[in-house]
Order: sequence, then structure tokens, then C-alpha cells
Amino acid sequence: MAKKAAYSAMLTALAMIFGYVEVLIPFSFGIPGIKLGLANLVIVLALYMLPASQALLIQVARIVLISFLFGNMSMMLYSLAGGLLSFCVMSLLRRIQGFSVIGVSIAGGVSHNIGQLIVAMLVVKNLKLTYYLPALLIAGLVTGALIGLLTQKIKPVLEKSY
Amino acid sequence: MLQRKDRILIIIIVIIAALSAALTALTRNSAGELLRITIDGELYGEYRLSESRTITIHQELGQNEIVIENNTAYMKEADCPDRYCMDYQPISRGNETIICLPHKLVAEVIGASDGQQPDVIVQ
Repeated sequence: MAKKAAYSAMLTALAMIFGYVEVLIPFSFGIPGIKLGLANLVIVLALYMLPASQALLIQVARIVLISFLFGNMSMMLYSLAGGLLSFCVMSLLRRIQGFSVIGVSIAGGVSHNIGQLIVAMLVVKNLKLTYYLPALLIAGLVTGALIGLLTQKIKPVLEKSY
Repeated sequence: MLQRKDRILIIIIVIIAALSAALTALTRNSAGELLRITIDGELYGEYRLSESRTITIHQELGQNEIVIENNTAYMKEADCPDRYCMDYQPISRGNETIICLPHKLVAEVIGASDGQQPDVIVQ
């Protein structure tokens, strides 16, 4: 129990640092606002190493904390929409046989962007935002694949020390 | 590394992206003539791209300054928290948009026939 709590706290802190790094150095992908989503690396790791409820707690905690520290309320709304949708999709795919970390992470990246697009369409009340769908799908695919690759490399090392 | 279901997932995403991109390209009319600005889904104004001007928008959520010149439009100033709207490339073709999410503002290029009042540019 204590070990699990310590581990969750450490991963939340790590996600916050990643979030801060991306505020300092935005990895731009051509579309304003698109990010690599380094903090998502922590969530994918947590999904594989901790119970789903624990991973969800880390996801919500890091979004709320990063938004309060480095962002604003509207940022929290978008992050929560993307973050919760991608969490649901990833924890579902993780249970299905035949997907690797990379596949799970790609699904997470894509669904994260779709969640944010839906909230954006509701906020500005303009359906024409669907024009961003192709770019957001590909961006989610690329960032998800990168995060998945990183997770695949880091996971065995972390598991050894866990 | 990649498993079979991963590959299927990637292929499905690429196909959906390609289809939606094709759909977008088909409906994108090349000749844009008007810039339509909406705030919170409400029409704010429509402006000819052929007439250079600076549009300063004051509203409760904040301020934006959109510049029209050389048949293109871009966001010059904004006091929103993220400033992503100022990163957009200038827009000039039909259905291209600049979005300022915190201010619920959308600036989109439309054809002359799509305008609400083709002869009168409202302000």
C-alpha cells in the first residue's frame, strides 16, 4: 500500500514536470496548440504498472495541478476532455489481447485529440472545426506512436526497480 | 514490436484521416472572398478580403485584432491566455479558419455567395 502510494505520487510529480517542460519548450506540429503530450508517457506507464483506478487518479491529479500551476480554467476543460476520453480508450484497449503499448498509446493520442476537438466545437459553436480532423488524427497517431515507443523502452527498466 | 492489431489500428486511422481530408478538399472552394467572424456562434461581421483593414474586436472575454491585407487575413494581436490564434498562418482560401478558443472566436474565409448579406458588409 505504502509502496503504491509512493509510486503514484512519484508518477504524478513526473507528469507535472513533463507538463512544465512542454510549457517551456513547445514541440510544435504545424497546427497551433498541438503538443507531443510528454505527460501522457507517465499515464501509459501507470496503466501498465498500477491498477486502473490508481492510473486514473494520477491522470486527473496531473491535469488539475498542471492547469492550476501553468495554465488556466479553459485549459483544464480541454485537458480533462481529452485526458479522460483517452484514458477510457487506453484502459479498454489494454485489456484486449493483441495490442502492444504502441497501439494503446496511439489510440490514446488520437482519442485525446478527438475529445479536445469535440469540446472546441461546443465552445465556439462551429461545426466547421471538423476541417481539423485529418490533421488531428495524424498528429495523434504520430505523437501516440512516439510516446508508445518511449514507454516500451522505459517500462522494463522501471519494472526491474519496482 | 508492433503487433497485428496495432497495424490494423494504424491503417484504420490513416484511412479515416485520408477520407476526411479528401472530403475537406472537395468542399473547399478555392476562391474565398469574405472573412466571416463569429463569436460564441453569433455572427460578428463579414468583411471583404480585397479591402485592407484592421478589425479590432472588444468583447467581454477579451480583445482580438485581425488584419486584412493582400487578400489574406491574420490575427495580429490577442490578449487570450494561450495566444495560439496568433500562430496561425494567414488565411485566404475558402473554409480556412483562425480560431481563438479562449475568446470563442472563429474567423473563416467564405465565398461571396455564402455571405449572409452579400451586398452589405456588416460591422
